Amino acid sequence: MSAIAPWVEAVVSVLLVASGALSVIAAVGIVRMPTFFRRLHPPALANTLGAWCVALASIVYFTALDGHLSLRAWLVNILLAITAPITTVLLARAGLFRKRQAGDEVPAPMVQGDVVSPRETTL
Amino acid sequence: MSTLLSSVATIAIGCYVAAIAITTWRLMRGPAAQDRVLALDFISVQGLLVVLVLGIRHASPMYFEAALLLALFGFLASMAMAKFVLRGEVIE
Repeated sequence: MSAIAPWVEAVVSVLLVASGALSVIAAVGIVRMPTFFRRLHPPALANTLGAWCVALASIVYFTALDGHLSLRAWLVNILLAITAPITTVLLARAGLFRKRQAGDEVPAPMVQGDVVSPRETTL
Repeated sequence: MSTLLSSVATIAIGCYVAAIAITTWRLMRGPAAQDRVLALDFISVQGLLVVLVLGIRHASPMYFEAALLLALFGFLASMAMAKFVLRGEVIE
């Protein structure tokens, strides 16, 4: 087992603890936010900064362990950066559709003039 | 693996598990279907982070593939569920 410099361990530890704290904050946000559209926001904390911290910790650790640059963990972040906004937008559209169907108060449709039926909204 | 790193990895995994446990409340209670889908999506991302930290904990590069697959299938699952909530069917 090769020894790892203490400052590398310190950096990895700080990043991991920061990521764990961000995840817990995001979870508390999901539970405590009052409306669905506000609840959409907290997961971004874990999807962006939380995942970035873990990937950075992983990159620093494996670079120190292997002795050469190892950027594999960044792939996960690229994938998350592509997929998380798509999920969020789809969920927001689903929430808007459901609320409109239930007759709740929601923002007006983007298209002016004729009333747009929710079935006709493009995905 | 030093004691510092292994204990910090345990703390981080504990944080993720706590986040999953807290979100489960929203999953059970969530007044609407979209709240439950949101909670499930968040839980899948937390599982992915647990796998990444396990990779650091065991100093093994094998965990990346599992994390990538989790990210991909978590995305597919939440997209299918969101589409179902939106349109009433997954494939039209």
